[in-house]
Amino acid sequence: MDLTPSDEQRLLRESADRFIAETYTTKLREQNAKESFGFSEAIWKQFADLGWLALPLPEAHGGIGGGAIEVGILMEAFGRGLVSEPYLSTVVLGAGLVAEHGRDEQKAALLPKVADGTLRLAFAHAERAARADLARVDTTSRKDGDQYVLDGAKVAVLDGASADQLIVSARLANNGSGSLRLFLVPREAAGLTLADYPRLGGGRACNLTLQSVRVPADAMLGGDVNAYPAVEAVVDRALAAMSAEAVGMMQTLTDKTLDYTKVRKQFGRPLAANQVVRHRLTDMSVQVDEARSMALRAALKAEADAAERGRAASGAKAKIGKGARFVAEQSVQLHGGMGVTEELDVGAYFKRLLAFETLFGGSTHHYRRHAALSGRPV
Amino acid sequence: MDMTFGDAELAFQQEVRDFIAANLTPDMKRAESLNASVFSEPEAGVPWQRALNAKGWGAPGWPVEYGGTGWTPAQRWIFETECAHAGVPSPTPMGVKMVGPVIIGFGSPEQKNYFLPRILSCEDYWCQGYSEPGSGSDLSSLKTRAVRDGDEYVINGTKIWTTHAHNANMMFALVRTSDEPRQQDGISFVLIDMKSPGITIRPILTIGGDHEVNQVFFDDVRIPASNLVGEEGKGWTYGKYLLEFERGSGIASAKLRKALHRAAAFAESEATGRAIEDPDIAIRMSEVEVDIDALEMTELRVLSALQNGQNPGAVSSILKLRTSEIYQAVSRLAVDVIGNDGLYVEPTRPLHRLNAPPAIPEDELAVMPTHLNGRAYTIFGGTSEIQRDIISKLVLGL
Repeated sequence: MDLTPSDEQRLLRESADRFIAETYTTKLREQNAKESFGFSEAIWKQFADLGWLALPLPEAHGGIGGGAIEVGILMEAFGRGLVSEPYLSTVVLGAGLVAEHGRDEQKAALLPKVADGTLRLAFAHAERAARADLARVDTTSRKDGDQYVLDGAKVAVLDGASADQLIVSARLANNGSGSLRLFLVPREAAGLTLADYPRLGGGRACNLTLQSVRVPADAMLGGDVNAYPAVEAVVDRALAAMSAEAVGMMQTLTDKTLDYTKVRKQFGRPLAANQVVRHRLTDMSVQVDEARSMALRAALKAEADAAERGRAASGAKAKIGKGARFVAEQSVQLHGGMGVTEELDVGAYFKRLLAFETLFGGSTHHYRRHAALSGRPV
Repeated sequence: MDMTFGDAELAFQQEVRDFIAANLTPDMKRAESLNASVFSEPEAGVPWQRALNAKGWGAPGWPVEYGGTGWTPAQRWIFETECAHAGVPSPTPMGVKMVGPVIIGFGSPEQKNYFLPRILSCEDYWCQGYSEPGSGSDLSSLKTRAVRDGDEYVINGTKIWTTHAHNANMMFALVRTSDEPRQQDGISFVLIDMKSPGITIRPILTIGGDHEVNQVFFDDVRIPASNLVGEEGKGWTYGKYLLEFERGSGIASAKLRKALHRAAAFAESEATGRAIEDPDIAIRMSEVEVDIDALEMTELRVLSALQNGQNPGAVSSILKLRTSEIYQAVSRLAVDVIGNDGLYVEPTRPLHRLNAPPAIPEDELAVMPTHLNGRAYTIFGGTSEIQRDIISKLVLGL
């Protein structure tokens, strides 16, 4: 048992922190927001050159073979910089699903391209009626000769418009238990309509409708088996990655608020001279520390058995979601009127943390899942 | 980074389990499960400490030359976790964890030779004389005075919240030996024989109905000058050193998890009408469990830092703050789980001496008094408000 980072992990942290501090400025974020995809192709290329896209992918398919800890180190730095490049969509979710569930020839065809930055993926799974229920999918897939025909609608597809291929979840026509399947669908497929929008806190997302979208039978990701366990595993790892990203955001907000309350003077003294302000800042920093512990726990359990992995991931999402709201709201509060303006980036972090809390279900949902996975009737 | 145990760690875990199986008597176990106070009664705590000492595990945190175990942080973690899981007694920390390190750090060779073995064997039972009626959080304003008279000190004043003073034969205390412009500079750290003439002990019952703390009065109490630890006027430094131990030395998550498991067992019992089937209870249980997970990870991060010789920083105050809050959350949840049975008041103390069966399931007896007494967790050892002041200074640089 040892939680000391390895030399490689320390170096990764240093290079990620340095890249974010030097490159990912407020100006770059403003530019990215104006890009049609919501991020910079040049930065994405740099991610590939730095080996970050290959980092968690299997070595057999052009990857570096890193794990959730390494992804967490990157994501924490991305949180500090409010990075909007589609790392979560393409590498953690998209490539994660291919690596977890894909057939060998699919891995060989797709993963090296993700690693070198020439292929982007997105995961089209959430649906309006499902809310946060990961298991509920109403989109259907019907076999027709050597094709599958997909019909349905998806919401909150992260970075869908910039992806080359979408991984779409659908039920087989029999709709029985275990009938969930994943399909690789080109973004330009006939019958696929994207309603692309700027996403809260940076980046873009889209809603999809699928009207008789035809894909060849071999576009089914993996074999003709239930894809739900793979979806659950990959989403749990995404929750761990997002948790680390949230830690980066919470830490940055706390640091900014600390700095501000030391210099902002009212009644002839700095705001931080007031005990009520100091204690608020203390509670924020305690939340950051607990979030750090939970994100680390979720990463360390990312390859554990399904219940253990799920409890750690949902525990992290639930607790950090609560803490993130507290830190974000108090940061705005302690910045006073300026906190609710676009003139400071406090609001940008606030929004991105709200997006974190919303994606894949909020704290209440994840406490309920944690309870269910712990054998408590809910 | 990984959270799994290697072969050597697994072997050590088995050794600890074997030791507990061989030494934890049913009486000790029952006394501990019915203990509604912060620390065990001496009748459970002393034999347990003696069993640990016989094994060479009497003071794991001390340097090896004084009887410490030289365990790695992972071993300490395993030891604490197994002890909590088994429900072993919690002897008061006043000897091993508090006065022991101060004597090791600042005591004379004679004090070390005389007191340290007696701490390990519980031949001396220690209590702590810090707080006074007028000096709680503002400890440095303390007024109990020790005046040098030849080779003795004469002590007058009073101490309060003195845990187990009625069981103790020795007290370590902060006393005022001089008046200095900075009041911390006039404080000294002394060792007092509780059988000295002039000492009176007044019991104070806490709201759970337990006698754990006391007020102690000193009326011209004479102690040998050789019972001064370190230098006169340096007591504040020594006392602060000790408080750091009180705040940060523990591995608390294992005990909190044990308490949560007990609450969960109540919730699954017919006695509570299967409270767990109330989704509100089930979800609150997960909330507390996740809080304990976070605390555990923070403790493990601190242990890993220590293992690498790094200073974990001011995190001991964060641990104290969160441990006390989570302790109270668990006890609050347990009270809600047992529902109407919480209305039953059992006046017998200690609870394990109860002879007749109570009107509620016996294992629920400690739930309400534990909750009531446990309100003290966010008060003793520096209130949560003081902890926040410390964190804002040390962590945030305010």
